Amino acid sequence: MSDAPQAKAAPDEMSVRVSAVTVSYPNGNVALRDASFALAGGSICALVGVNGSGKSTLFKAIMGLLKPVAGSVTIAGGPVKAALKQNLVAYVPQAEEVDWSFPVSVWDVVLMGRYGYMNFMRIARAEDRRIAEESLRRVGMLEFRERQIGELSGGQRKRVFLARALAQRGRVILLDEPFTGVDVNTETAIIALLRELRNDGHIILVSTHNLGSVPEFCDHVVLVNRTVLAAGPIGEVFTEANLLRTFGGVLRHFRFDESTVQSHDGRAVTLLTDDERPLVFGKGGHVEYSKRAEHAEILKKRAEGEEDL
Amino acid sequence: MVDTLLTPLHYDYMLKAIFVSAVIGGVCAFLSCFITLKGWSLMGDALSHAVVPGVAVAYYAGWPFAAGAFVTGLLAAVGMGFVKTKTRLKEDAVIGVVFTAFFAVGLLLISLYPSQVDLRSIVFGNILGISNPDIVQVLVIAGVTLVVLGFKWRDLLLFCFDPNQARALGLNTTALHFTLLTLLSATAVAALQTVGACLVVAMLVTPGATAYLLTDRFGKMIGIATSMGVVTSIVGAYASYFFDGSTGGCIVTLQSALFVAALVLAPKHGLIAQRTRRRTAGLAEGVPG
Repeated sequence: MSDAPQAKAAPDEMSVRVSAVTVSYPNGNVALRDASFALAGGSICALVGVNGSGKSTLFKAIMGLLKPVAGSVTIAGGPVKAALKQNLVAYVPQAEEVDWSFPVSVWDVVLMGRYGYMNFMRIARAEDRRIAEESLRRVGMLEFRERQIGELSGGQRKRVFLARALAQRGRVILLDEPFTGVDVNTETAIIALLRELRNDGHIILVSTHNLGSVPEFCDHVVLVNRTVLAAGPIGEVFTEANLLRTFGGVLRHFRFDESTVQSHDGRAVTLLTDDERPLVFGKGGHVEYSKRAEHAEILKKRAEGEEDL
Repeated sequence: MVDTLLTPLHYDYMLKAIFVSAVIGGVCAFLSCFITLKGWSLMGDALSHAVVPGVAVAYYAGWPFAAGAFVTGLLAAVGMGFVKTKTRLKEDAVIGVVFTAFFAVGLLLISLYPSQVDLRSIVFGNILGISNPDIVQVLVIAGVTLVVLGFKWRDLLLFCFDPNQARALGLNTTALHFTLLTLLSATAVAALQTVGACLVVAMLVTPGATAYLLTDRFGKMIGIATSMGVVTSIVGAYASYFFDGSTGGCIVTLQSALFVAALVLAPKHGLIAQRTRRRTAGLAEGVPG
């Protein structure tokens, strides 16, 4: 965090604006139609939708990998290309997209984040090495710098690519399915880091199908199904009704009726899932949080309400 | 005995052949590291065949052979790209159709006007009979390739490893794509001289593939591949004098032998090492090895 004062000295407000974007592939398939949303600096936004809903297409449009046939994407008020030239956009790929047997070390990968700052031959200067080292230390991977990337665990791999994004000093960071194949400790560490970045004014965009984790760490959400169905603060947009619309019956819907949750059980319910966090809605359709303390008040009120029934 | 061993070195044409082979072998091997990592081996094979009509036309027209070869090589590459994006065909089918089309046209041209070009020297190579102008062309290609790789290898490495990140950093990936494709066509033309169209792909893949089995570091991979390319080319060209056999055959057989050795003996990714690891893992779990 040694660069924090620098960042404050130049309070360049970051923004991502997607306006009426339509993207179609060369074979004529329209992957995304008339999608719009806007984000201001200092937010963590989840991009939620089923596979094939156009999440990755939206990502690619923001990264300039795909050109919209209609509409526009602007980053920090300018076109994507200008943002890329300024190294504003950093990307953490999905684990499946990376060739883990590629003969590069952790250190090589993190230095790749600095290419945009290096000369024609991409020779690292002392400054580049210092920032790469600092980034690795920040994700707790410095001691693994000489490892070949395939020799790491799923969580470590993710951290290395996060370090690359940090080394790039991107102000808009895109993460594609960051929690797939990642242990719980790493997930917590990544979320803590993303929060720090948000507080520094970064925009974090996380593509995920892991619904349960969304209200835990995101403040904004964009619901995608061939277009942007809804976008905005979690509290307003991440509702049962909107999610049903987004997932169109694809999600397994499991309701605990009153008959299963009896008062004499202490109203405790155990929910087992595979590695994904479950998303639990309360009776009124509000999101249940795993941190009970923060929501104890609500829970208490609800309990009293039900007692009256 | 020593006299016999030194005999090939008394001949001017043998010295030339050994020198040119070494240069081509080294440059191809350097490039082969990128080709194997990018997964373009089949592309290398395709381009080496697609340059044949260009070589034929260049000979008739009196151009440098490299110019003609280069044009048809790139035409084939662009053609493959075009068919792939515009149709539902899978890449291997596209490559198969396009390169055989080019090769067939080349064969046809050569058979229709046989006086100018020797089919055998294109398909199987004829390094022992290489002319001085051809040597100059090969050296120019090798020099340019080495300079480009020397300056841009880090960009090309990132392009092979993570093209999306390259784009996100504002690198021109289209330019990198065509740089790699151009280098591939150019070195395929150079290698045509030594080993012929049929075996070019070996020069452009085997050293990189062998080195990849032996190391997990890109720098070492380049070192191993390049030394292997140079040494096998020198030894192969030299040995072909005694066998009175095909130079290309000698070089590629040597390379393949080294590949097999690496496949079996490589310290980490070799078959023996893998088997040992599996057995140790089995013992640890109490399963009889």
